[in-house]
Amino acid sequence: MTGTIEETALQRPWTARFNFRLSSFVTAFLLVAVVIINASVQSTFFTVYSFTSNFATFVPLVFAAIAQAIIILGGGLDLSLGAQVAFISVVALKVMDGQDSRIALGLLTAVAVGALCGAFNGFVVAIIRLQPLIATFATSFVFSGMALVVLPSPGGAVPPALTAGYRMAVGPIPVPAIIVILGGVLWWLVSKTKFTRDLYATGGDREAAFASLVPVTQTLFMSFVVASMFVGLAAFAVLANTGSGDPLVGANMALDSIAAAVLGGIALSGGRGNPLGAIAGALILSISTNILAFMRVPTTWRSLFAGLIIIAALALSVLTTRGDSKK
Amino acid sequence: MSAPTTNVKPRRWFSLSGSELTKSAPLLAAVLTIVLVIVGQIVSPGFGSYGQITSMLRVASFLGFIAIGQTIVILSGGGGIDLSVGKVATFGAIIASKTMDGSNQGLLLGIVIPIAVGAAIGLVNGLGILYMRIPPFVMTLGMMGVVQGLILAYTQGVAGGRSAPALTALVNDRWLFDLPGVLFLWLIATIAITYILRRTSAGWDLYAVGSNREAARLSGVPVNRTILIAYMASGVFAVIGGIMLLGYTETVFLNLADDYMMRSIAAVIIGGTLIVGGSGSYIGSAIGAILLTVLTSFLTTISMPESGRTIVNGLVLIVLLAAYGRQRRLRS
Repeated sequence: MTGTIEETALQRPWTARFNFRLSSFVTAFLLVAVVIINASVQSTFFTVYSFTSNFATFVPLVFAAIAQAIIILGGGLDLSLGAQVAFISVVALKVMDGQDSRIALGLLTAVAVGALCGAFNGFVVAIIRLQPLIATFATSFVFSGMALVVLPSPGGAVPPALTAGYRMAVGPIPVPAIIVILGGVLWWLVSKTKFTRDLYATGGDREAAFASLVPVTQTLFMSFVVASMFVGLAAFAVLANTGSGDPLVGANMALDSIAAAVLGGIALSGGRGNPLGAIAGALILSISTNILAFMRVPTTWRSLFAGLIIIAALALSVLTTRGDSKK
Repeated sequence: MSAPTTNVKPRRWFSLSGSELTKSAPLLAAVLTIVLVIVGQIVSPGFGSYGQITSMLRVASFLGFIAIGQTIVILSGGGGIDLSVGKVATFGAIIASKTMDGSNQGLLLGIVIPIAVGAAIGLVNGLGILYMRIPPFVMTLGMMGVVQGLILAYTQGVAGGRSAPALTALVNDRWLFDLPGVLFLWLIATIAITYILRRTSAGWDLYAVGSNREAARLSGVPVNRTILIAYMASGVFAVIGGIMLLGYTETVFLNLADDYMMRSIAAVIIGGTLIVGGSGSYIGSAIGAILLTVLTSFLTTISMPESGRTIVNGLVLIVLLAAYGRQRRLRS
């Protein structure tokens, strides 16, 4: 509880106090640990079949985590991510209308609608300059309302080729696992651009970035747009996985994606961490949920444990970094 | 509108400072509420009648109680926010309903037990935020999941019981001036909270902690205790709001008060309390609660579907935030 007077709460955004980040060793250790635990409770864990079905449920959170990581790196935060998944997925569902020939169109729609949602968030946060936490909280109600307008009740059918293809395997490697790897490659491509350099600068120290002629407002805006394009991919994966539309899907995804980002070593204060870590974080969370299911935890208790796991994971990230957290 | 001759930089109405905002936002919200009632009366005669206004105020009171806690937590600063209030209110109502089970004998326990549970949940929130240094929104969002789990585990998926007749009478029966008892209770709570915030050292500590935590610590304000009490108060008032809602609905369901999370935060923001903490008033939040209730009622009257109401609520929040929640521009 030290601290100096010049670092007053008034001058620094509140997120500046959350500048700790999990080291990549802890992330790797956790990933290995949950895989071992899962393998011990689910005897078929290492078969292609269960690999496919496990990864099929992991993909949406993986893309959501990459999206959240990008936004957090830029110094923002997105609480509307789950609502976006719901809205984007029902729009893509309507566009595809269950026809195999429109799958590509559906994917494009998902990414485009994602970009629009991101532009709306980016406008509110970067240009109107509202606090990201409360602003995206407000936009989440706009998105979830719009999802209900597009599809008032769960239903509709995803093109059969999409759901079938999603659960296939190329040799021993399941398609969903390939998609996870593609997600990583996609981020790797984004990370080679000037945008990413600006993103780290903006998230690290906005004032300094502004003084160094980094286009701060534009970068913040773009962070929401680029991230929401990943959210579009997450929404598409939800469709492929569930096979039908649900305007209420993704309720827990905002928190889960934040937890995944923190588990993956992204500092909530922005500017530090790597979205590839967030992929690992998403896998850790998803496998933990999987373990709960296989340990025959009654469904009535499952959301309690899921909430506790997330809080424990976040607490862990603080406790393991207490040493360097005061700067 | 233009005054090019003046050499003073014209002030935009939305660039008010904290204390000015605290004074003008409740006024703006009150004016908006009255305008909405008048428009409602024109569109649908009877919207502005005494009976209808009383009924809207009664519905607003549930939100009003929950917003007391939300106001205190947001005032405490440091990104303070309580996203678990909706679930906590629901949980409180469920416990109360099961304990009362439709008889006045269970009334006392049916109030005390849920309040204790609410305080305990708030305490856990506060401890996590203070000692595990989890950001408030993450801690309380995680708590939402935990409380949802507790609700499912406690009820096994089926909510039972019934409100005590005395509680229902408090909320539904007309007392003085044809007003239900719950409105008098809300009025007393409003006066008491305003007095505590403005005239007692506990209230001053809260404002001090919210506006500058480090300075408050150096001035000997018990920072940690103040924050813990703020989150406990939030849990307690969420439960009180839930119990009042139970009196209104008489029976419970598993997502009874979940909507109140978003609405309580909106009420506080509309009332001019700064989201960064340290500046604001409960009167503002109470007027914000009334405005939101009248707005929902108005949208229902013009038969807007649920989805449209959700969108309008979100947009109203964004517009009001844009009006007085903007951050400063970057300058080199």
